Amino acid sequence: MATTSLRKQDAKIGLLLVIPSLLIILGITLQPVLSTLYLSFFETPLSRPTGGVFIGIENYLSIIKDDVFWATIWRTIYFTVMSVGIELIFGVAVAQLIHSHPVGWKILRTCLIIPWAVPTVVNGAMWRWIYSADYGALNALLLKIGIIDHYVAWLTDPLTAMNLVILADIWHSFPFIALIIQAALASIPEDLDEAAAVDGANAIQRFFSIRLPLLRSAILIALVIRTVEAFRVFDIIYVITRGGPAFGTVAISFLTYFETFTYGHVGKGSALSFLISLFTLGMAMLYIRFLYKPEESRL
Amino acid sequence: MKLWSKIVVLFMVIVMLAGMVGCTPAATEPAAPAEAGEEAAQPEEAEQEPVTIRVLTMQQAGYPVEAMNEVADRYMAETPDAKVEIEYVAYEALHDKISTAMATTPPAYDVVLVDDIWYAEFSNAGYLYDVSDKITDEMKAGIFPSGWEITTVDSVVYGLPWGIDGMYFYYNEKILKEAGYENPPKTWEELEEMSQAIKDKGLVEYPMVWSWAQAECSICTLVALLFGNGGTFVDEAGNPTFNNAEGVEVVQWMVDSIDKGYTNPASISYLEEDVRNVFSQGKAVFALNWGYMYQLANFESEESIINGQVNMALVPVFQKGLDQGIETATINGSMGWSVANASENKEAGWEFIKFLTSKPIQDEYSKYSTPAWQTSYEGENLDKLISYSEANQVLIPNYVKQIPFAHVRPKVPYYSEASLALQLALQQALTKQKTPQEALDEAAAKFSELQEKYQ
Repeated sequence: MATTSLRKQDAKIGLLLVIPSLLIILGITLQPVLSTLYLSFFETPLSRPTGGVFIGIENYLSIIKDDVFWATIWRTIYFTVMSVGIELIFGVAVAQLIHSHPVGWKILRTCLIIPWAVPTVVNGAMWRWIYSADYGALNALLLKIGIIDHYVAWLTDPLTAMNLVILADIWHSFPFIALIIQAALASIPEDLDEAAAVDGANAIQRFFSIRLPLLRSAILIALVIRTVEAFRVFDIIYVITRGGPAFGTVAISFLTYFETFTYGHVGKGSALSFLISLFTLGMAMLYIRFLYKPEESRL
Repeated sequence: MKLWSKIVVLFMVIVMLAGMVGCTPAATEPAAPAEAGEEAAQPEEAEQEPVTIRVLTMQQAGYPVEAMNEVADRYMAETPDAKVEIEYVAYEALHDKISTAMATTPPAYDVVLVDDIWYAEFSNAGYLYDVSDKITDEMKAGIFPSGWEITTVDSVVYGLPWGIDGMYFYYNEKILKEAGYENPPKTWEELEEMSQAIKDKGLVEYPMVWSWAQAECSICTLVALLFGNGGTFVDEAGNPTFNNAEGVEVVQWMVDSIDKGYTNPASISYLEEDVRNVFSQGKAVFALNWGYMYQLANFESEESIINGQVNMALVPVFQKGLDQGIETATINGSMGWSVANASENKEAGWEFIKFLTSKPIQDEYSKYSTPAWQTSYEGENLDKLISYSEANQVLIPNYVKQIPFAHVRPKVPYYSEASLALQLALQQALTKQKTPQEALDEAAAKFSELQEKYQ
C-alpha cells in the first residue's frame, strides 16, 4: 500500500513538472490546428486571411467531388507505398549486412548517413541534374554500358517521372530505416540466434523466424515516420519536376500548395490540409493496429 | 496506469495532427490601400536611422545577381542612410513568395519585382502601393506607354516599368551555315525544312529546344506561336479564344515537331534556363528566350561554348500568319518594380525603385535587360545605348524591331489559376494524354468558369 501511494505521489510531481512544457507545446501546436480548422469553413482569399465568408462544409464537399483530388490521392498513395516499401526492404537488408560485420562495415555505416544528411532540396537538385536529358549522369552511364543508344528525356513521361522521383526519395531516405533497424538488431540477444543455430536453423530461417519478429517495434516506428513523411512529400517534387509533366507528379501536399499559395484559396487549402491529416492518421492507426504488440515492446 | 497511457496517446495524437497541418498563413490583415500621398507618421528620430530596404527579385532573366548587387551598392553609396538587402528566388517561386509575404503586416519585403500578369491580382488584393501621384512628367513622357500599361491597373499606377522585354529568336549562325543556309527562317515551316537539313547532315540531333515545362514559360512560347498563326488569346470581351482553329493548329504543330525529331523531347520539362544551357552547349540551333540570353550565350565563355556563333532575328511566324500580313509575333514579358503597400519603409522603397529604374541605370545595364525608357532609343541616345556593350549592337536593333509585335497576356486577377489550367492542357497535349482540341477546350472552359466567378 505504501509503495502504491508513493508511486501516485511521484506521478503527481511528475505531472506538475511536465505541465508547463505541455502547455507551451499545446499552445504552439493547437493554435495552428484550430486556426486551420476554422479557416476551412470559410471562403478565404490569401490577401484577406481574416475576411472570409462562412460557407460551412462547402470546401470539403467541393474537394471530395473533385476528380483531380482523387487522382492526386491515388498518385500520393502510389508514391508512399512504392517509396516506403522499397526503403523498408533495402533498409532491413543493409541493416542486416552491417549487423553481420563484414570487412569495412564501420565505413559502410558512416557512408550510409551521407544521403540522409543531405537536405532534401539539395538532393532534389542533384537528381534533377542526374536525370537531365542533355547532360545528365544517368544518360551518360546508361549509354556507356550500352543499355540505351541515345539520350533519353526521362522527365517527359508522367509515370517515368514519378518513378524517378521515387528513386530519388529512396536514395535519400532508406538510410534512416537502415539505421533504426541496425540499432534494433544490435539490441537482440545473441543467445536466441545461437540457440536456434544449435537447433539446426539456417541463416534465412533465423532471420525470418527470430530476428524479424523481434524487429516489429522498430519497423513500426520506421514505417509510421516514413509513411507520414512520404504522404506529405513536397520539396523533392517541387525541385525535380514541379509537379509535371501534366500534373503527373503532383502529390497531395503539392495540390494543397497550389490551392493555398498559387490560387490564394486559403479556406480550401486548409480543408485539404485537414483531409491529408485524416488520411495520414488513418494510415498510422492501421500500422499500430496490425504491427503493435505491447508484450514485444517490453523485450 | 491505463488512464495515463490514454492521456499520453491523446497528447501524441494531438501533436501528430498539429505536425501534419501545415498551411496556416498568419491571420493578419494587410493594411488597407493607402490614399494617394498618405503616409504613416514616422517618428522624427527614425528619419536619422539607416533604413533597411528589403527587396525580393528573381534570379533568372533580367540582371544577373552580380549586376543587381552592383546597382544596390551604388545606391547605398549615394544614399548612406539606406541599406538594401536583396533576396533572389527563381521566377517560378516569385509569385507565391510575394503572395505569402504580403499576407502579413508588415510584409517581409518593402520592394518587389512584379510580372505584368500579376499586377491585376496583386493590386486587387491591396498588396501594392499606389504611386500615381509620384510619377513625374519626365517619367510619364520618357517611359514607353506600353510600360505604363504593365504597371497601371484601373488608371492607378502601382509601380515603375523595368525591362520591357519579349522572347526573341536566337539561332546558331555557324551551324546554320554548315547546313547550307545563309539567312535565318522567316516562317516556322522554313525552320522545319532547315531542321531536317541539319539533322540529315548530322550536325545536331534536335535543332529546336523550347521551354515547354509545366510553368508560365510554356504559355509565353504559346502566345508567340499563337499570334504568329493569326490566333488570339482572348477576344475583346475577355472570353478565351486560344482553343480556336489557330490555337489547335499551333499545339498540333508543337506535338508534331517533337514526333519529327525537330524539337528536343526534353523541352516538355525545360524552363528558360534549361533552354539557355542546351543552346549554349551547341546542342540546339534554334531557341526562343528572353533578351538576357544573348550576352550570356554569345559573349561569356564561362556560360557558353558557342561564343561568337549566336545571332538574333525576328521571331518566325506560320505561313498562315504570313499570308495574313503578320511579319513576326512574340510575347510581352515586361515587369515592374513596386513597393509593398503595408511596408513601413514605403518612401525609402520608392526612392530605391526610382533609382533602379532610372534611365541612366537602365541604359548602363541594358545588355541584361532592355530599358523601359523610349527616350533611350531616340537619336543620339540610341547610338549611346548601342555603344554600352558589344551585345547591344545586335540586341538593341533587334529589340526595336521586335517589341512592337509583342503581345500581352490577359490582365485579370485570376490569371495564375487560369494559366495553370492552360499549362496542364499543353502538357496533356504534348504527352499525348489528350488531343490538342480536347486539352485546349478544357482549359478554355476553366478560363470561362473563373471569368464568371470573378465577375
